[in-house]
Amino acid sequence: MSSPPAKIELPNEEKAILDSVASKLGDKVKVLFAKPNRIKISTRTDNLVDVAKFARDELHFDQCANVTGTDFPKDKQIEVTYHFGSIDDAGLRRVILAVACRVPSTAPEVPSLIDVYPSANLHEREQAEMLGVIFKGHPNLTRLLLPEDWTDIPPMLKAYRLPGRLESE
Amino acid sequence: MFTQQIEDDKLTVSIGPQHPGAGHFRFTITVEGDTIVDVLPDPGYVHRGAEKQTEYRNYLQSIPMLERSSLTDVTNIIMPYSMAAEELMGIEIPPRAKYLRMIMSENQRIISHLYWMGIQGIFLGHSTAFMWPLGDRDIFIDLGQMIGGARITYSYAIPGGVRNDMPEDFKDRALKVFNYFEKRLVDYERIFFQNPLFLKRTQGVGVLPRSEAISLGVVGQVLRASNVKSDVRIDEPYNFYRDIDFEVPSFDTCDTWARCMVHLIEMKQSMRIIRQCLDKMQPGPVRAKLSPQQRTVVGEAYTRVEAARGAMSYHIISDGSTKPYRVKISVPSFRNLIALKRLLIGSHVADMPAIYWSLDYWPVEADK
Amino acid sequence: MTEQVAAKKGPAAARDGPGLNVLVGTVKNVIREALTDPVTYLANWGRLYSLWPVHLETACCSIEFGAVSGPRFDCERYGILEAFGSLRQCDLVVVHGTVTRKMAPRLRWIYDQMPEPKYCIAMGACSITGGVYFDSYNVLPGVDQVVPVDVYVPGCPPRPEELIDAFLLLQDKIRKQSIR
Repeated sequence: MSSPPAKIELPNEEKAILDSVASKLGDKVKVLFAKPNRIKISTRTDNLVDVAKFARDELHFDQCANVTGTDFPKDKQIEVTYHFGSIDDAGLRRVILAVACRVPSTAPEVPSLIDVYPSANLHEREQAEMLGVIFKGHPNLTRLLLPEDWTDIPPMLKAYRLPGRLESE
Repeated sequence: MFTQQIEDDKLTVSIGPQHPGAGHFRFTITVEGDTIVDVLPDPGYVHRGAEKQTEYRNYLQSIPMLERSSLTDVTNIIMPYSMAAEELMGIEIPPRAKYLRMIMSENQRIISHLYWMGIQGIFLGHSTAFMWPLGDRDIFIDLGQMIGGARITYSYAIPGGVRNDMPEDFKDRALKVFNYFEKRLVDYERIFFQNPLFLKRTQGVGVLPRSEAISLGVVGQVLRASNVKSDVRIDEPYNFYRDIDFEVPSFDTCDTWARCMVHLIEMKQSMRIIRQCLDKMQPGPVRAKLSPQQRTVVGEAYTRVEAARGAMSYHIISDGSTKPYRVKISVPSFRNLIALKRLLIGSHVADMPAIYWSLDYWPVEADK
Repeated sequence: MTEQVAAKKGPAAARDGPGLNVLVGTVKNVIREALTDPVTYLANWGRLYSLWPVHLETACCSIEFGAVSGPRFDCERYGILEAFGSLRQCDLVVVHGTVTRKMAPRLRWIYDQMPEPKYCIAMGACSITGGVYFDSYNVLPGVDQVVPVDVYVPGCPPRPEELIDAFLLLQDKIRKQSIR
């Protein structure tokens, strides 16, 4: 329908990040996409803490802005994506680095990044109760937003259908 | 309030949803004498499941539902959603729409800060500082009503641009309102911000040092009051903020007073931004042609905007259909909640209202 | 005659007819009610002009309630004063908007702790039928199954003028009731 997008020239900071990731982390990560201001890399759960430490110490991303959990029932996997931002390094403030890892839906266990990024505390708690993901090492994975007497399956799973809607929707 | 003795010298106090000092939020504090030693926040009283509901509606239908998450800040809460939807649909909005979005966004910022000031006044016991801002807020709501049509919920920044153009007499009316309000701000400074009681209750209270502010991930006024000059409008400019001249305040005292002063200066800067936008706007279309069942590409988008309370972001994952696959909202109030525990521990019980409301925690927004 | 009066001045004027307005009603009405049932009249008069709402904010309509307390719309001239003290001295609960499953028991506890006579106004579309969030997993489809509602105010959020109209309707309702 539309012509393929023209090759966009990445600014210097993004190129430096991609070079650093390629040289230091190598096969531990895979770059999913790299646009101006947004880079997404994916990794396995056993490398997640090392990648997070690398992002904090070498790449100077000092805050965890967001944690998203997504259920992919077709692949029988749950993807947990961390979005890291930088505040101290003023030239890097416009870049958001996304680190994603996939876990099987039957055993969704991800190591918690709370020791590396204290700002991930409440975000991880929220995704734990919304999707049933267990963040190993988190000191307090209790209810945050859902009511105390919630007994149904975690609501953000695709298997949970909204009770107010018809089956066909 | 509900108290319970747990040890000889410790008492837990539950400051629940029915409390003039809590809003729609509950937190339990453990006090030892007059000092707070532990805080347990309990959000979720207004959790309405907006993220799940977006999966059943197409991009246009979700807008009225999402904007009610944060009724004090309507334009800013749907702007990153519209920006992400436009990125996934691959369209570019006309320049006049960007200026109109900026005008409504800054107007909304003033409205939100005036509501904040009213409640901060009543928490500190200054009821004039409750009545005056609420009265002046209605004047800015009238300005928004001239463009949007409704008092508060106008669903203005939809994917594709904005819903309608502004009327011809908006510019004169806005300039009149700003002239009036700038004189009024001098009065506010005299009765409230330079009031010796206000200074005594907020200076040196609830200090959050710079390094902790960055590592805890706080945003907005809390971050700017801790000596970090960060604002999404200058870090990653969207719309036409790159061409507009304005200042971002920051203070190095890192206390409650600094957080309050940041609100005051941002109001002045918002009026400056709107004046420049009104001068620079050119006539033209305000909306790109879109059908309500517009298809998107497969992919994801992460957009950020500076809402009245801090940086707000949306992460939308799309599978190519007319409805989003997953929408995740990162709200500034939720990100600042982690600072509540850090700031209240070690402070006096009497300082609790001043610290709690200076974080500008809006539970309806944080619970989504 | 009554229709013309009703069209101009509302249902109360149609019932009372034209007459001298003396603070609480027309002269002939005051005299009639004070003579037939003075105790009821006096008790209702006392109640309806000092309705004190509890400070319980359920959801986003609380902003418009704050605007009603502000200087432009001023609900205090009707006697509606948000008593920041205890809820034992309040007699009105205004349900602002959406009631979630977590908030519903707390709303009921608060309603039970208020002394009689007590009234309830359901404000906003969300408290009538669930509103925009009708299909959510955590929202009650209407609050009248938790507390008995006297007046429903539609709107999302209702304009402050509509909320003041709701207060006047509630006052009319109290004016007509017998003592319990």
